Amino acid sequence: MRDNVTTLTQDQAMPQPVMIETAPGDDIILDVAAACCRFDVSAPALSRLFSHEPRRILRAVENVSFTVKRGTTFSIVGESGCGKSTLARMVVGLQRPTEGKLSFRDIRRADGTIGPPRVQMIFQDPYASLNPRWRVGDIIAEPIRELKLRSDEAAVQQRVGDLLETVGLSRTDASRYPHAFSGGQRQRISIARALATEADFLVCDEPTSALDVSVQAQILNLMVRLQKEFGLTYLFISHNLSVVRHMSDDLAIMYLGRFVEAGPAEQVFTKPQHPYTRLLLDTIPDVERPNRERRPMSGEVPSPISPPAGCTFNPRCAQAANRCRVVRPELRKLGGVEVSCHFA
Amino acid sequence: MTASAAQPLLSVRDLRIVFDGRHGPLTALDGVSFDIAPGEILGMVGESGAGKSLTGTAVIGLLEPPGRIAGGEIHLAGQRIDNLPAEQMRRLRGRRIGAIFQDPLTSLHPLLKVGDQLVETILTHLPVSRAEARKRALDLLKEVGIPAAETRIDHFPHQFSGGMRQRVVIALALCAEPSLIIADEPTTALDVSIQAQITTLLKRLCREHGTAIMLVTHDMGVIAETADRVAVMYAGRIVEIGPVEEVTRRPSHPYTAGLMASIPSVHVRHEHLNQIDGAMPRLNAIPPGCAFNPRCGRAEAFCRENKPGLPLSGHAAACHFPLKEAAHA
Ligand SMILES: Nc1ncnc2c1ncn2[C@@H]1O[C@H](COP(=O)(O)OP(=O)(O)OP(=O)(O)O)[C@@H](O)[C@H]1O
Ligand SMILES: Nc1ncnc2c1ncn2[C@@H]1O[C@H](COP(=O)(O)OP(=O)(O)OP(=O)(O)O)[C@@H](O)[C@H]1O
Ligand code: SF4
Ligand code: SF4
Ligand SMILES: [Mg+2]
Ligand SMILES: [Mg+2]
Repeated sequence: MRDNVTTLTQDQAMPQPVMIETAPGDDIILDVAAACCRFDVSAPALSRLFSHEPRRILRAVENVSFTVKRGTTFSIVGESGCGKSTLARMVVGLQRPTEGKLSFRDIRRADGTIGPPRVQMIFQDPYASLNPRWRVGDIIAEPIRELKLRSDEAAVQQRVGDLLETVGLSRTDASRYPHAFSGGQRQRISIARALATEADFLVCDEPTSALDVSVQAQILNLMVRLQKEFGLTYLFISHNLSVVRHMSDDLAIMYLGRFVEAGPAEQVFTKPQHPYTRLLLDTIPDVERPNRERRPMSGEVPSPISPPAGCTFNPRCAQAANRCRVVRPELRKLGGVEVSCHFA
Repeated sequence: MTASAAQPLLSVRDLRIVFDGRHGPLTALDGVSFDIAPGEILGMVGESGAGKSLTGTAVIGLLEPPGRIAGGEIHLAGQRIDNLPAEQMRRLRGRRIGAIFQDPLTSLHPLLKVGDQLVETILTHLPVSRAEARKRALDLLKEVGIPAAETRIDHFPHQFSGGMRQRVVIALALCAEPSLIIADEPTTALDVSIQAQITTLLKRLCREHGTAIMLVTHDMGVIAETADRVAVMYAGRIVEIGPVEEVTRRPSHPYTAGLMASIPSVHVRHEHLNQIDGAMPRLNAIPPGCAFNPRCGRAEAFCRENKPGLPLSGHAAACHFPLKEAAHA
């Protein structure tokens, strides 16, 4: 019974918790094996012929492997441009991996059926993902009608209204167009649409970046509740490390297309081992320390077109030694966490 | 340059914005007043939909119908600008006011190379040669932290990541060295390191060129370390304004207090985040009296009948029963 999943109104029956065969967190739902994504960003072939420029390949994601367990949240953190959205797009099938394999495992649903999980994405850019010519009500109703999640039109409308209220908008907003909403309101519309699909696996690319902290708290609390009640699985991308800490079971720190540290979130937060992870945690802006001069990370931001030799973090790493400029450190397990640093 | 209260660079008085709808006009902004001194950064925070972007849009003269300014005045360095003819406003925009929009895609042409967009903007506003403009464009891209800028300058927007596009928009706004910058969520798509780079850049502009900045963001951490003063908006009004330290440490409006309590901490993990229950009222259903009263724990009958005003003082809150006496500066 996933009917009233996201309804907040008290007078409706409380939703029935899903009976998951194994306890949530035990079974793998997504398996990513050595995924790579490369883009050819060369100048057009003809002009290359004259200028003798070589082909330029941008390595957006390089050799990334991980698994996500059902009913948990796996977060990816890293610098802007390090490949998070590209990885997310590969997971939902919007981007074909150049190499490697991404596969979802079948799950057993509440009604006893077994099949592949339903996957849905909340996009980083809410503007681009909402059709400006559709009313908000139709935008949210589309997946409900498409997937035949409700039997009749009245039930569809009821569900749309409930979803709008769930994300802190009002039922009457259904008749308006996206341009009449503020940035954060649009982000909430795209969250409502993602919830409308009743997906089992949600890929959330910066889902709350446009929201004020109070609405953000409402949305995050809702996501946690849905996870507890229905065993939803999240792949979560955010630059806000406080939000990541609140949400994550597992955490991967990405740098220039690769994972440099990955493991249980609490462990990574309390005992960061990779120099980049430590720098990241050090650079967080803090309300408690106003007007602090935050030092931006020193060193040129490297480019995924011509990544540095050896450890890709070496130009910015205070601990870098000669070996770091020649030999790339492999990910290796250090007390439950995978780290790629020669000196960790 | 130090902030001088005597001569604000931007002065907004009693700004009122309405949307003419099928069921009559809806008031989206109601009596908004604030100043920004040269070299000062005013932070703007508040509930999503409260009117922060609208305020910025009105200042740069880009409000689109059915929205319109229904009252109030906007002055830039003493000159009234809210009633300027469109052509004059267009020249002012870009040259004297730089805008960083919340949505990077609306500011970037999808079919033009990033470098060409920067060069054209520079040529429009500054008397320089094309070669000089390209050099400046490259410098700006480096300044906002685009790696391999020499190569990236000839790429199209879709080849950039979300955060890189946002940085290109910031570079666009800085092209003509404007004296006022309206920055609407300039750092939301950026990681903490690039974010620090951008806020450092903004602070430097203020310090060295006396640039005034209106910084809209939901990130209280960014506000705390970047802004001099902060204005908190709720349902189309400023409900609290004052020096950053005062407002964040000793909020006096109940809404501000709720906002501060909702910030997740990076130091500990909570089971449940504090939230302000309920939602902000829609424009067509703003309750009488104090607009926050249905969600306010301190509300009394008096609040439901009387709209609290915002006193003109250093740290002020529009509330009948503020949490603490606002310190008067
Ligand atoms: N279609 C494309 N063509 C060429 N390069 C691309 C394309 N899409 C992404 N890239 C490049 O791949 C790299 C990774 O991009 P991606 O969008 O995954 O970054 P991200 O980690 O999501 O960053 P952000 O935090 O800024 O959103 C970037 O250098 C980007 O410029
Ligand atoms: N064309 C329109 N018609 C009707 N209402 C509109 C229109 N454009 C904006 N609004 C309303 O004006 C209000 C203020 O919007 P604004 O974009 O300024 O919010 P904001 O404070 O920037 O929020 P956010 O933090 O979510 O970006 C919102 O409630 C929005 O619904
Ligand atoms: S391998 Fe060397 S350069 Fe890379 S993170 Fe470790 S110490 Fe720094
Ligand atoms: S005026 Fe009354 S209802 Fe409004 S914030 Fe103050 S105490 Fe609450
Ligand atoms: Mg991205
Ligand atoms: Mg806005």
